[in-house]
Amino acid sequence: MASTHPSRRSFLALSGLTALSVSLTAACGGGGSEGGASADGKVSFEWWNIATTEPGKSLFPQIATAFMAAHPNIKIQTTSLENEAFKSKLTATTSSGKLPDVFQTWGGGVLQQQVDAGLVEDITDVLDWSTQLTPVSLEAYQIEGRTYGVPYDIGMVGFWYNKKLFAKAGVSTPPATWAEFLDTVGKLKAAGVTPIALAGKEKWPGHYYWAYLAMRVAGLPALQEAAASKDFTGPGFVQAGAHLKELVDLQPFQPSFLGAGYATPGGQAASMGNGKAAMELMGQWAPSVQKDAGADLGADLGFFPFPTVEGGVGKIDEVFGGGGGFALRKGAPKEALEFLKFFVLENESKLLASNGYLPVVKGAESQLTDANKKVVAGSLAKATGFQLFLDQAYPPAVGQEVNDSVADLIAGKKTPEQVTQSITEAAKSA
Amino acid sequence: MPSSVAAPTKGPADERTGDERTEGAAPASPAVPARSLLSGLAGWASVAWFLVPALVLFLVFVLAPIVVAVHNSFYKWGGVGPMVDFVGLENYVRLFDDQVFIGDMGRGLYLIVLSITVQLPFALFTAVLLNQKLRGRAVYRMLFFAPYILSEVVTAVLFTMIFLPGDGMADHLAGALGLEGLQGKWLADPSTVMPTLFVVMTWKYFGFHMMLFLAGLQGIPREVLDAASIDGANAWQRFRYVTLPLLGPTIRISVFLSVIGAIQLFDLVWVMTAGGPNHSSETMAISMFQFGFKRYQVGYASAISVVLFMISLVFSLFYQRYVLRRDLSGAVTTGGGR
Repeated sequence: MASTHPSRRSFLALSGLTALSVSLTAACGGGGSEGGASADGKVSFEWWNIATTEPGKSLFPQIATAFMAAHPNIKIQTTSLENEAFKSKLTATTSSGKLPDVFQTWGGGVLQQQVDAGLVEDITDVLDWSTQLTPVSLEAYQIEGRTYGVPYDIGMVGFWYNKKLFAKAGVSTPPATWAEFLDTVGKLKAAGVTPIALAGKEKWPGHYYWAYLAMRVAGLPALQEAAASKDFTGPGFVQAGAHLKELVDLQPFQPSFLGAGYATPGGQAASMGNGKAAMELMGQWAPSVQKDAGADLGADLGFFPFPTVEGGVGKIDEVFGGGGGFALRKGAPKEALEFLKFFVLENESKLLASNGYLPVVKGAESQLTDANKKVVAGSLAKATGFQLFLDQAYPPAVGQEVNDSVADLIAGKKTPEQVTQSITEAAKSA
Repeated sequence: MPSSVAAPTKGPADERTGDERTEGAAPASPAVPARSLLSGLAGWASVAWFLVPALVLFLVFVLAPIVVAVHNSFYKWGGVGPMVDFVGLENYVRLFDDQVFIGDMGRGLYLIVLSITVQLPFALFTAVLLNQKLRGRAVYRMLFFAPYILSEVVTAVLFTMIFLPGDGMADHLAGALGLEGLQGKWLADPSTVMPTLFVVMTWKYFGFHMMLFLAGLQGIPREVLDAASIDGANAWQRFRYVTLPLLGPTIRISVFLSVIGAIQLFDLVWVMTAGGPNHSSETMAISMFQFGFKRYQVGYASAISVVLFMISLVFSLFYQRYVLRRDLSGAVTTGGGR
């Protein structure tokens, strides 16, 4: 009796890990039902989204209902899944070669894999309203000049800073160059203020620094070339790491940042919200997370774009970020695209009014009321270049290696050269 | 799970109230004629028939996933599209070249050694203490056992708060004790994260082992201890030469469960540190999760899972064959109950 119990335990552990493969094969049976027109002219299609939290949770079904009311012959079957659950279910569905008619996408590497597998509809020629969308918001869904998705949200990463703490250190204008930035960090330290809050435990916030530095030093084309050639060892990338090391050597982060989470108690957002650190490099969601985890800084919170690096080719109005969009399964009914047009163009003001999304339609930023959102939307509207989050732009294995290696660099365990070598290695074996 | 764990350990402990030396042989002899009755074809048929549901479940949920995992481990597969890139043993070669994975095994060993040398003696000590007549001992037993009932995730979140840099209870405590050097480290420093993790593991699991030991202690007949007293044995000698040997089967089971638990440790670590800082608290199960569900390198993750499984399996078989041999009759590795 005692002999069977422990081995069953180890089996259980194993079935836990093989559950992935089992669920992959099991899910083959499910997947997209046969959408499209039936004999009586009725059309139905599937729509997978990730709106399980407010405001999308109530807004998305409203939009679908409104669309069906206007088109009585169309039926939308909605499936809403939590972010991670959606990703694993979509992965399972993809491996069986079937996708839902309309599905959530973040563009980048995953979308490219789906496109390469011939599963996604090329909508370049039928998307006659693309000119109404901001080019920045469309970029993540464009692969080799063809468009495979429609955005409904877009955001970017930049420095959120505490104006009061900056004033305390005698810094009146936010830094515009890397040298000024390092100087600001020094002044903040001298004034007894922790310059930067960083969630070292979660790794992805750290990769923003390296990615932005690579954009500023090596430039956007270099990042795209590196992804294609799978070679990240170019001098621009090494230099990006060296610049990050300059920052790390100043010890700008809060004490014990290596164990800090992002939205957890005592984490990066809480340190910012509670005024314990002067700035954080984070996406457009930062103010609301600060409010939840710590306190609302209100008018003391400011935003400035990532500084340029002296001698680098990148410009200050090139942005790093990501958003959300929808793509169509190859062969999805044409009514599905109608729905996307309705969703994005006619409901933009509703999406913006819900205060959960940023504008993808040109000129819509004037509808924003929230001061922080206005700043971000303004920067996005002026943007001359866009780079998707590296862990979305690249295949998952490469993106995770960027996160891991940069975390090692920040902890002093890897040199800038070793970071570029590790990422290259991961890219070549992915 | 607690009930199924308690059952096997109660078994040997209870049996020992009878004659210790003949315990293995006694149940075997009446079983022989019973077995020959079943040798008829009809007997086998009905046995097979009754086994079908269990066998089907075992095949679908235990054997099939293992076979699938082994199969996947020979491929380079990103989870998208068909599995076509057969790479043979490449994933395994890469695995044993991976410094993080080699570190995983070292950290597993570290936890095993500490569990056996610190956690189990501590559990035994408390068990002996609470086996005596003591005011409120039921309350103490319950208190010490309570952490085991708590879910792993709840425990981990709780200790994340305790070890929170700056505001956490641990930092205040360290400050009050004059250990300022420890403040802000705990889970956030590569040099302290493993000992801190072990403290949490001990807090969580020692109560369970204490309960096992208590059950074992209660199976030791009073007369034996009384006889030792009459022979002039002092308290230490009674413990060393009477209690400890009679507790042998329970201790061996405890060691076994500790080792398997340490090898497969996942949830506590995942929630508290996610394997960090910089892989310094990563376990094999965490590496597997990282590669399987974060990097979507399913083939490589399967290879990790297979190695993890083989280590657990080989250990289990050897342990049963050479250590638990005296405690278990009829186990698979004893070669037919020898």
